[in-house]
Order: sequence, then structure tokens, then C-alpha cells
Amino acid sequence: MNSNKKIHLLVDSVKMALIIAIACGLVSVIVFTVSEDPGPAIYSFFVGPFTSLRRIGNIVEAASPLVFTALAVIIIFGSGQFSMIAEGAFFIGITGTMAAAIALDLPAGIHSVVAILFGGLCGALVALIPALLKMKWSVSELVTSIMLNYVVQFFAIYTVSYHFREVTSSSLASLAFKETSTLPVILDGTRIHGGVVLGLAFCVLVWFFLYRTPFGTKLRITGDNPLFARYAGLGVTGVMVAAQVIAGAIAGIGGGAELLGMYNRFKWTSTPGYGWTGIVVALLARSNPLLVPFAAAFIGYLNVGADIMARSSDVGREMVDIIQGVMMFLIAADALLRGWKQRLIVKAAQAEEQEKAGEDVKEVQA
Amino acid sequence: MNILTYICSADFIYMWIRVATPILLAALGSVVCSKAGVVNLGLEGTMLISALFGVLGSVYGNSLFWGLLAGLAAAIIVSAIFAYFHLILQANNVLCGTAVNTMATGLTVFVLQIATGEKGNSSSLKSFAFPNIEIPLIKEIPLIGEVISGHNALTYVALLMVFLIYMLMYKTPLGLRMRAVGENPDAASSVGQNVIKIRFIAILICGALTGLGGMYLSMGYLSMFVRDMTAGRGFIALAACSMGQATPIGALVSSMIFAFFDGLSNILQVLKIPSEFVQMLPYLATIVGLTVYSIQQSIRMKQRMKK
Repeated sequence: MNSNKKIHLLVDSVKMALIIAIACGLVSVIVFTVSEDPGPAIYSFFVGPFTSLRRIGNIVEAASPLVFTALAVIIIFGSGQFSMIAEGAFFIGITGTMAAAIALDLPAGIHSVVAILFGGLCGALVALIPALLKMKWSVSELVTSIMLNYVVQFFAIYTVSYHFREVTSSSLASLAFKETSTLPVILDGTRIHGGVVLGLAFCVLVWFFLYRTPFGTKLRITGDNPLFARYAGLGVTGVMVAAQVIAGAIAGIGGGAELLGMYNRFKWTSTPGYGWTGIVVALLARSNPLLVPFAAAFIGYLNVGADIMARSSDVGREMVDIIQGVMMFLIAADALLRGWKQRLIVKAAQAEEQEKAGEDVKEVQA
Repeated sequence: MNILTYICSADFIYMWIRVATPILLAALGSVVCSKAGVVNLGLEGTMLISALFGVLGSVYGNSLFWGLLAGLAAAIIVSAIFAYFHLILQANNVLCGTAVNTMATGLTVFVLQIATGEKGNSSSLKSFAFPNIEIPLIKEIPLIGEVISGHNALTYVALLMVFLIYMLMYKTPLGLRMRAVGENPDAASSVGQNVIKIRFIAILICGALTGLGGMYLSMGYLSMFVRDMTAGRGFIALAACSMGQATPIGALVSSMIFAFFDGLSNILQVLKIPSEFVQMLPYLATIVGLTVYSIQQSIRMKQRMKK
């Protein structure tokens, strides 16, 4: 049994290493085919993000929102639901937090907490909609959540442009947030903000929640085998709804933390797509909350690299979306390396058997 | 202008058919896939990619034919990748679909930038569009002629496809196999059907239809490619397919329902409602439509249980 676990770990690690290698290889191939001056472009992509403290900070900043959405995705997918609401919950979280950051008058510190919690509440409410529709009438949560993301996007833009708009600005931007609401920078020379710490704390919390609480166990059983969970008398529908609400709250809180940590105005004109990228991160982390920071950092690294490369060469930053799509394909491919794993397991079993046989012989001889 | 009278006018109905075309084509693709037991979430991305490559093909091949070929080829290649990962490497179909969509948003802008130097649209390229077709005789009939004649060639193709897909699914051996594989893959494979092969074919057919829908957007509805121009139509098509119980006629009806709100959002811009709410309309309508349909289904299920 123990050797099987080791084999799983080994094959999983090799698969991940292989996928990361393929991703990096693909970057090089694309740059070489597209760019007229590929050398510096590749250098700025791979090495660029490490050339200064500020840029390393950029990686952490880029990873921060992905941590929240990835955790939300892990919880939703873990409960066996395919809701894509992380995207919408994140964006409505941003919107709610913005409203609270502008409208409320509270002392510093408390203001940020209240604003972010309000964002989390908005996220939870939005995530509740597809969950309830699924629970009551088994409406496919997949399509409703995606449609809801569009609704949220337009609602957010409406909120900004009709209620919180900076009139003097020619492009769409909200009023500036009250200074009491913004999150402090925790590392000088970068923009790494309090939201990053919050994200890390959430990774541990979600891990604890999933693996050390009765509710988490119920959730995982429901996700792995809903039929069994139903027969075992776990409140399957309740678990499903609760999972999505919790996930929505986390995504919403992430949106709030991102907004107050990185911006002083709301400037988006469409959803930033962190919910979708969160799926890549969740997959890359093998749905383990404790691995999420590393996976998010890697995707953050790719994004920062692509930004630096796009600034200094003729290769567009959108390349990174292609890479993320390819990675998603490869990680999702369950059968990849499965043959190898099977052979390893068989070999280990045979070795065990021989050992046992050897011991039996010894016993007989004794 | 009175909205109600406008909705009843020939102009609106003409536009209604216009906006329904891409949704219908993709929904028909989804019908084939769903009947074979695969939910293809990659419709959105497939549409987007074929929309771009159709335009580029027509520019570099200097004819509409090459555009059509390039768009179809792109859609089929993307679908083949989807099918390979889902069927052979056993990746989850939702993740595969999401991967296609993620790739498509990046790839289209990336390629567009290489081709035109811009990231927004392909207006600097001289691309071809599918022609509008005036139907002789019918054109002369007042009102009906206005509504039915003069649509884009692909609109007529889409309507024809409703019939063709119906024939394919219900009157040919391949269609029977697809439905059998979708209904119960184990039973189908126990009588010697190659489940993977049949599903692979279904996904490719779906890709071709979705590709036509994508090309309609950039070579009919508009005459250029615009970044993210599908705007969720692939997902709406998925909803139309499931609301139409994965039948060609059902897909036609529900595509028309969703397209109605799409069209409505085009004309409501003149009202004094915030435009964001108007833009929400097609997506909200999809949620409400799916919900109403599901409520109906669950009531029907309950009644059946009582019997």
C-alpha cells in the first residue's frame, strides 16, 4: 500500500515536471517561430521576472488573486460541481468592495476589513444563484454560472458608471477609494500587499477545512462519489450548495483584497479572467490547497514574463493564454503516463510477492 | 419609436434571423455532440478561432473559398485536439472545453497581432464575406419576401443544416450509432461499436458546424474579426441545445428564443434604460430559459413517478 502511494507521488511529480517542461518548451518554440529577434525575447521571458526586486514582487502580486480563485475552484470542483462562478464571484467581490471602500466612513483597518467582507458576501450571494437553481430544479450549473458571469460583468460596469463614476475622467473609472480602506504594502520596493498574506492564510484554512473537519470530509466524499454519499445519508444537496457559497465568498474576498491591495480606483471594463486562470492553478496544484501558492506563483511568473517580453520585443503577451490552455489540456489528461504508472505498480506488487515468497521459504527452512 | 410596433415589423424579424444564425449553427453542432454523449464546452473557443482563421484564409488565399477552407480546417483541428484529449487521454470534457476556450482567447489575439499589428480587430485587412442571397420570386412577395429573402448564405446553410442533421441523426446508420453510443456506451460497445471512434466523428462534425457559426460572425454578420467577438454565443448555443433536448428542431426553436433577446438588446439601446442592463438581456434570458425548462422537466418527472 505504501509503495503504491509512493508510485502515485512519483508519477504525479514526473507528470507535473513534464508539463512544466513542455510549457517552457512551447514558449521557446512560439517565440522562435514568431519573433525576428528571439534571443532577447526568450531571455526577457524566462529571466526577466527575476532581474529586480520589483519584478519578483510582480510575480507575487500576479499570483495573489489566483490563489483565491484557485481555492474557490478547488472547493467547487471538489464537491463534484462544475460551476465556473469563481470568475463572477471575484468580479462582484471587487464591485462590492469598491462600493464599501468609497461609500463608508470607518477608521483605517476596520474599513478594509468591512469592505473586503462585504465583497465576500457579494461573492457568496452570486455563487448561491447557480447552486440554488441546481438544487431546486437541477438546472445545469455549468451554463448558468457562465451566463451569470456575463450578467455580473455588466452589472459591475453599471454600478461603477452610474453610481461611483469619476466624472472628470474620460475613460471609465470609479471615484478614488478612501485612504482608510487600502491595504498596506508589506514589503518596501514592491507592491506586495496585505492581501497576499490573507491568501496564504486562506490556503491553510481551506486545507484544514477540507481535510480536518467533518464538513470537509462530507464535501470530498460527495465530490468523489455522490451516489455513495447519498446512500450514506450525507446531505448531498446541502453540501453542494454550501460548498459553492463558501467558494463564492473566498473568490469575493479575493476580489476585494486584490482591489484594495493593488488599485485605488476601479478601472475594469470587462472581467479580468482570474476565475478561468484559477482553474489552471487548481489543476496544477493537484487540488491541494497547500500547493496552491506555488502553482499560482508559477502561473504568475509566466504572466509577468509575458508582460516583460511583450514590452521589450515583438511577441504579444497573449502567448501566455495559449500556454495556459495547453497546460490545462495536459494536466487534465488522466491517461497521460498511466501506462507507466500501471507498470510500476505491477512491478512493485511482483517484488512484494517475491519477497513474501522468499520469507515463506525461510520460515519453512527454519 | 414604439418598441412593440418595431418588434412586429419586418426589419426586426429579419434581424432576429440574422442574430440567430451563429447560435443555431453552434447549437446544431452541440446537438450532434450531446447525442453522442459528449458535452462540448469548447464551442465558444472553436467559434472564435474559426472566425479569425476564416478571415485570414480569405485574405491570404484572396478568395472566399480559401477563407471557408481555413475556417473549417481550424475548427476541425481544434475539435480533433479536444477529442483526442477527451477520448484518448481521458481528460474531463469540461476541463478540455475550458482549455480550448482559454487557448482560443489568447491564440486569436496573438495571431491577429502578428497578421495586422493590432490587437482589436482585423479592419485593416481586406477580407471576404459570404454573400447575401436574394431568392427570386419570394423576394417579390411583400413582407414575407423582406423577411425571408436577402439573408447571408450561411443563414440558409444553417436552416438547411437543421434538416441535414435531422436526417443524419435519425435516418442514417451513423446517426443511429451516435445515439446508441450517447444513450448507453457500454451497451453500444458490447455489440461491437467503437465508442471512441464514433464520438470522435461526432466531435469533428460538431466542430465543422461550430466553425461555420464562427465564420458567420466575422464573414457575414460583420465583415471583420473583432477580439472576443463570440461574446458567450458558444455557451448560449450549449444552453439552446440542452433546452431543445438535443434535437435539431428543438435547437432551432430555442436558438430562436435566445436570439430574440439578443435582437431585442440591439434595439432597446434607444430606450433610457442603462445600456448595461440591455446588454445583460441575452444572458439573463438564457438563465431564465434554462430554469423554466428545467422546472418543466422536473414537474414532468414527478408526474411520471406518480404513475
